[in-house]
Amino acid sequence: MCLGIPGRIVAITDEARQMALAEISGVRREVNVACIADGPLEDLVGEWALIHVGFAMSRIDPDEAERTLQALRDLGEAQEALDAMAEGQKALEAAR
Amino acid sequence: MEGALALKDRIVTLAHGGGGRAMRDLIETVFTPVFEPPDMEDQARLMDGALQEPGARLAFTTDSFVVTPLEFPGGDIGMIAVCGTVNDLAVGGARPLWLSAAFIIEEGCEVDLLHRVVASMQREADAAGVRIVTGDTKVVGRGAADRLFVTTAGVGVIPPGRDLSAARVRPGDVAIVNGFLGDHGATILAARGDLALSTDLKSDCAALGHLMEAVLAVAPGTACARDATRGGLASALNEIAAAAGVGVVVTEEALPLRDEVRGMCEILGLDPLYLANEGTLVAFVPEAQADAALAAMRSRPEGRNAAIVGRAVSAHPGQVRMATSFGGMRVVDMLVGEQLPRIC
Amino acid sequence: MKFASEFRDPTLAKALLARIAGVADQIGATREKPIHIMEICGGHTHSIFRYGLDKLIHPGVEFIHGPGCPVCVLPMSRVDECVEIAMRPGVIFTTFGDAMRVPGHKMSLMQAKAQGADIRMVYSPLDALELARRNPDREVVFFGLGFETTTPSTALSIQAAAREGLTNFGVFCNHITVPEPIKALLDDPHMVLDGFIGPGHVSMVIGTHPYDFIAQNYGKPIVVAGFEPTDLLQSVLMVLMQIAEGRAAVENQYARVVPENGNPVSLAAIADVYERRPSFEWRGLGEIDASGLRIRPKYRAFDAEEKFGIGYAVGRKAYEEPEGCACGAVMTGRIKPTACPQFGKGCTPDMPLGALMVSSEGACAAYWQYGGSRGMAAG
Repeated sequence: MCLGIPGRIVAITDEARQMALAEISGVRREVNVACIADGPLEDLVGEWALIHVGFAMSRIDPDEAERTLQALRDLGEAQEALDAMAEGQKALEAAR
Repeated sequence: MEGALALKDRIVTLAHGGGGRAMRDLIETVFTPVFEPPDMEDQARLMDGALQEPGARLAFTTDSFVVTPLEFPGGDIGMIAVCGTVNDLAVGGARPLWLSAAFIIEEGCEVDLLHRVVASMQREADAAGVRIVTGDTKVVGRGAADRLFVTTAGVGVIPPGRDLSAARVRPGDVAIVNGFLGDHGATILAARGDLALSTDLKSDCAALGHLMEAVLAVAPGTACARDATRGGLASALNEIAAAAGVGVVVTEEALPLRDEVRGMCEILGLDPLYLANEGTLVAFVPEAQADAALAAMRSRPEGRNAAIVGRAVSAHPGQVRMATSFGGMRVVDMLVGEQLPRIC
Repeated sequence: MKFASEFRDPTLAKALLARIAGVADQIGATREKPIHIMEICGGHTHSIFRYGLDKLIHPGVEFIHGPGCPVCVLPMSRVDECVEIAMRPGVIFTTFGDAMRVPGHKMSLMQAKAQGADIRMVYSPLDALELARRNPDREVVFFGLGFETTTPSTALSIQAAAREGLTNFGVFCNHITVPEPIKALLDDPHMVLDGFIGPGHVSMVIGTHPYDFIAQNYGKPIVVAGFEPTDLLQSVLMVLMQIAEGRAAVENQYARVVPENGNPVSLAAIADVYERRPSFEWRGLGEIDASGLRIRPKYRAFDAEEKFGIGYAVGRKAYEEPEGCACGAVMTGRIKPTACPQFGKGCTPDMPLGALMVSSEGACAAYWQYGGSRGMAAG
């Protein structure tokens, strides 16, 4: 069962039971944060986590996310350069 | 009136369905003061001049409403009972005239609930320009109905020369919806409570008679319209594609969806194309009239967020496809059974 | 939607597809002789079809849809046992939605509900716990289904029930593990696989080291992937690059969610609550050693098999696939869904013969949902 979705912790609702309110695109659901709590629960407010069947299972690392996106963007630019070179080469050959 | 609803109990009992004084009290306290039927006979006797015009046709439809919960953000069972039947008339190009309303009430149902439902129905009827002219009440034992079932039937008049039908859709016709998709279905899912999801979503429930008239006034070539109720937009499009023998292509980017509906669908693994709507239709309009039709929809409050979502094509007749925002193409099939939330 | 939409950017995808094509050409992969990449997890199967990646990708890359759909590998006899528990008087049987339509030998849970069993769909085992608290006179059973992604949430719920001293809450445990069936597939001499897309959310629980044996002992690349289309494409590229470079390693494309060593709280809960069964039955794959979990004796009070005297607690019944059902062959990648003789005929989403058509991430259901019953002609 894999359907997990990124959600933001917006409030702690039950400290004893380790429950918090998560928000996903304006939809709110109470989730258990035991898996991602490593200090005072209040520190989790504002953090993003992967939510699956009512549990916040892993913190989402925004730096890592940005690194992945940047790698993709770099790849995009490199690919464009490659394509441009390939087009240029084709044009040269056609002209011969 | 005396004895009126010795509703000191404030709940409906089997006695209220017995045909005797208790039943009369129920009807005269809850229903007739609000609906004000024209006759107190067993039948309503009516005429409208438009029916007598040569070439005019009577349109007639019925629907039953069993929604749970009975009251939800944006509406209640009464509201959808009126809008649902008005819309079934309106999408066929009929001007809705009169409605009947039959109530099957479970023993134990609160009378205050009935008051609220009836008030909703009258308010919607007024807005839609129709009258609720006749009805019926039955009471059944505990467990035999989910507190309240409502059945409405409606008649309307189709003016001479107007003939909307799915079979008339031609390749090239443009598909236009009048607003956000899936609001009702998502609202009900959240309102049921068993998924413990909360949102600010409201049902889109609305009567669309005035909107249809506005569209038909500027786009008389409109081939057909369907309200996208159970089974959502996908089902309406599949029905039209099958009846017309055309293919339909919609563009994912063009579908108007609220963020919260997207969010619900992502969390539950649902496809918004299959979520029910109660105030949203899809109309197929010839290309030359599409802009005018869109503007006409947007001029109405129920059509503020109208959008062109796709078109009929000659390829893959009977099949609906979607150009995904990712650059691929997928089939949008008929819904099988009920869409269940998935966790995978 | 943050952390999701950015990873669905079609322009990023274009570049990835072009680069994949370049590497595929370089290693000589063609439609006739493709590179076989297995996506293990059902959620990945669903994403591939939802975004049409199988149609967009270079023809030399072929996706083999793996057995990572816990609904699909659920034996019919386990469904029968669910129905039996649900039919006991006083029971409220709670389950995830996906499991409701899976056919048992006599009926599905959906059909049992229609016959009067109190079967309720829940989004979370926490909701089942709440039902138990609110209905002290009823016996609430939660159908614990899923791989390691879901296993911790059931474990944490059992621990909560124990702390609260609930006496009317039980779990019918069908949790299974990913590494064991992968090993079984790799040991199958008929298997032709060149690389793996590793499950994203299972890995956020168990980390990436449980897959070391795939690279070290079998020499196959495996890349743990996210679920958005660019995640999957980037992962395919990473697998192809390893093949091109003659490497075999475990790589993590989903580092924003997956920590190398997994989640300590989840792993501790799993270790506390469960132990491995000596072997467990998988639909389509047969018996696999040490691949299923059962509740430890210390939590016996929450084990539905013990409470109801059913299933592995009393010895298993042998099961048979329905006549003509080829779920096993599809699930192990031997045939495509459309090659199953029942696809679209004796087996449709309306009347499913096997679990691959019922579960929305089963390969057959995905083919149907996104490709239509008549399929889509190329182009």
